[in-house]
Amino acid sequence: MLAYILRRAAQSVLVLLVVGLIAFSMFRFIGDPIDNMLGQEAQQEDIDRLRTELGLDAPLLVQYVRFLSSAVQGDFGVSYGQGRPVADILAERAPATLELALVSGTLAISFGIVFGVFTAIRRNGFAAQAIMSLSLIGVSLPTFLIGILLIYVFSVELGWLPSFGRGETVELGWWTTGFATRSGLLALILPSITLGLYQMTLIMRLVRSEMLEVLRQDYIRFARARGLRTRTVYFRHALVNTLVPVTTVIGLQLGSIIAFGIVTETVFQWPGLGLLFVNAIQFVDIPVMAAYLMLISVMFVLINLFVDVLYFFIDPRLRVDRSEASA
Amino acid sequence: MGHDLANPVLSLRDLTVEIKTRRGLLKPVDGVSFDIAPGEILGIVGESGAGKSMTGNAVIGLLDPPARIAGGEVRLAGQRIDTLSSEEMRRLRGKQIGMIFQDPLTSLNPLLRIGDQLTETIRTHLDLGANAARERAIAALDEVGIPAAEERINSYPHEFSGGMRQRAVIALTLCAEPSLVIADEPTTALDVSVQAQIIALLKRLCRQRGVAVMLITHDIGVIAEAADRIAVMYAGRMAEIGDVAEVLRRPRHPYADGLLSSTPAASAGQARLRQIPGAMPRLTALPEGCAFAARCERAQDRCRQGAAPRLEADNGRTACWFPIQHGEVEA
Ligand SMILES: Nc1ncnc2c1ncn2[C@@H]1O[C@H](COP(=O)(O)OP(=O)(O)O)[C@@H](O)[C@H]1O
Ligand SMILES: [Mg+2]
Repeated sequence: MLAYILRRAAQSVLVLLVVGLIAFSMFRFIGDPIDNMLGQEAQQEDIDRLRTELGLDAPLLVQYVRFLSSAVQGDFGVSYGQGRPVADILAERAPATLELALVSGTLAISFGIVFGVFTAIRRNGFAAQAIMSLSLIGVSLPTFLIGILLIYVFSVELGWLPSFGRGETVELGWWTTGFATRSGLLALILPSITLGLYQMTLIMRLVRSEMLEVLRQDYIRFARARGLRTRTVYFRHALVNTLVPVTTVIGLQLGSIIAFGIVTETVFQWPGLGLLFVNAIQFVDIPVMAAYLMLISVMFVLINLFVDVLYFFIDPRLRVDRSEASA
Repeated sequence: MGHDLANPVLSLRDLTVEIKTRRGLLKPVDGVSFDIAPGEILGIVGESGAGKSMTGNAVIGLLDPPARIAGGEVRLAGQRIDTLSSEEMRRLRGKQIGMIFQDPLTSLNPLLRIGDQLTETIRTHLDLGANAARERAIAALDEVGIPAAEERINSYPHEFSGGMRQRAVIALTLCAEPSLVIADEPTTALDVSVQAQIIALLKRLCRQRGVAVMLITHDIGVIAEAADRIAVMYAGRMAEIGDVAEVLRRPRHPYADGLLSSTPAASAGQARLRQIPGAMPRLTALPEGCAFAARCERAQDRCRQGAAPRLEADNGRTACWFPIQHGEVEA
């Protein structure tokens, strides 16, 4: 198993390098950071000097290698926009994004599984059919529209919940949390629903279809033939087998919750990494964009690796199959 | 054969299963009656689609909607069970009626240890603590001939061979001591080399405990080897029923004759059912009268008109107006 993990880790590093390179080459098309920094009236010699200073005159590959070698030492350079180390800026923004992701991820997974199981077990019931129809909305409405609708209803019309920002936060060392204050918690509600709704419906529909598939299996029939309680059949035999294939998707959904938080963070002006990235694009702040993209890729790769390892513990068959396959 | 048919474990009277479909009401099981005595093995044969599995599923209360019992009676040790609530029926399953399915590879939950599947079954039906249930599970595995049961109880299904898994399935079926076992083609998915062992095991365990067995199979060799009586089904109806040696030697229903008689190896084992020209009519297009008439050389006008013949037509042995009289045929 250790060999397997090491091999996967090596593959992951390769993936990271490629993703980074692609991201790097795309920055060229966003615009020239020098224009933003010096403005339209800049002298040509100032422009050239700044270009050399920032290393932007070097070939793309060289820039990339420089970026990587300082990145592995924890140095992501200095933001063009804010003039501060990128690492500091990221650390400052990360808590907002992670707390939002934690809340919406928990909502999405727990409601997704509960509704998925319910709609599978009661697949002909009225409530199950109603949930399935409603879930189509969750899948088909774009995130920004859901956010705006929620803001309109709960902030503008009813005035119950804040429409932007994190509310009051409390500092715990370098971490800032919104969990400790009332306004912080209230501020979390609308963004986490907006961010989690799509993932929840996705998980729900997946759990439902997997569960229906599992309920058709012979071992479920045999479990019934042995007179096991309905509860045992559903939750001990069917649900666990359902969750095996669903685990990967759930893992990747968690990744997307952080990555695609960009839209939600923009709609709610949530001071997290996504909003930082959007602002960085406008300013062609290459160090910030590069660091953000690398961070997201690292996160996806780690989640993938984690899910794979998790399989070993859930599914006894893989403990044999995988190690044979790698032998 | 010395079986007490006066006090049968299972007793079916005119059992009818219906399925409502868009193309009308189908009767995959139509007026089936038979008894099985304690310790007796009744072999059920018939082409695929004849309604054998449907009959078994109806008895154990596992018909998948829209199929449902629409008429007749099912009695277990004299008690009617087709009228029980689903929860009462659930309690009977495993405890009074066990069922073994065709494919041992897929009958066991791949994520649970064999021992956990055994103990959960035992503890559902018997009031035993965790340790006592485990002891019993080990004994159950031991009885079906799984070596080193004490260790193998911690194995997962994929660590067992096909034959071993079917043994584990038998252990699971018998662990709460049911009085009736329905075995639906229990060896069809297995290697020929282990089929005989599994059948012998099933036969021995059920004989020892006086368990009644409804053995559904395609294999006449299995029937000849294990069954006391044989029932032949055709298009949802019973065509012939009787003592196994008698029916194999002198089948009276032309369908049973075509199916069984031309297999001299029948009693030697491994013989498969013979093919009869033509096909069984679909349930959606059952003819009037006898369902077999179109394929039958002996058919006359009476066979194609009016009600289908029932077992009483030949004193309870065959459902045929013109059964084969063996004196005349062999002469
Ligand atoms: N849901 C259903 N709708 C219509 N016909 C069905 C359905 N399920 C089973 N049948 C029919 O019921 C008949 C009996 O099937 P089955 O008992 O499985 O046969 P056997 O076990 O003897 O091969 C078959 O003809 C099959 O086509
Ligand atoms: Mg069948």
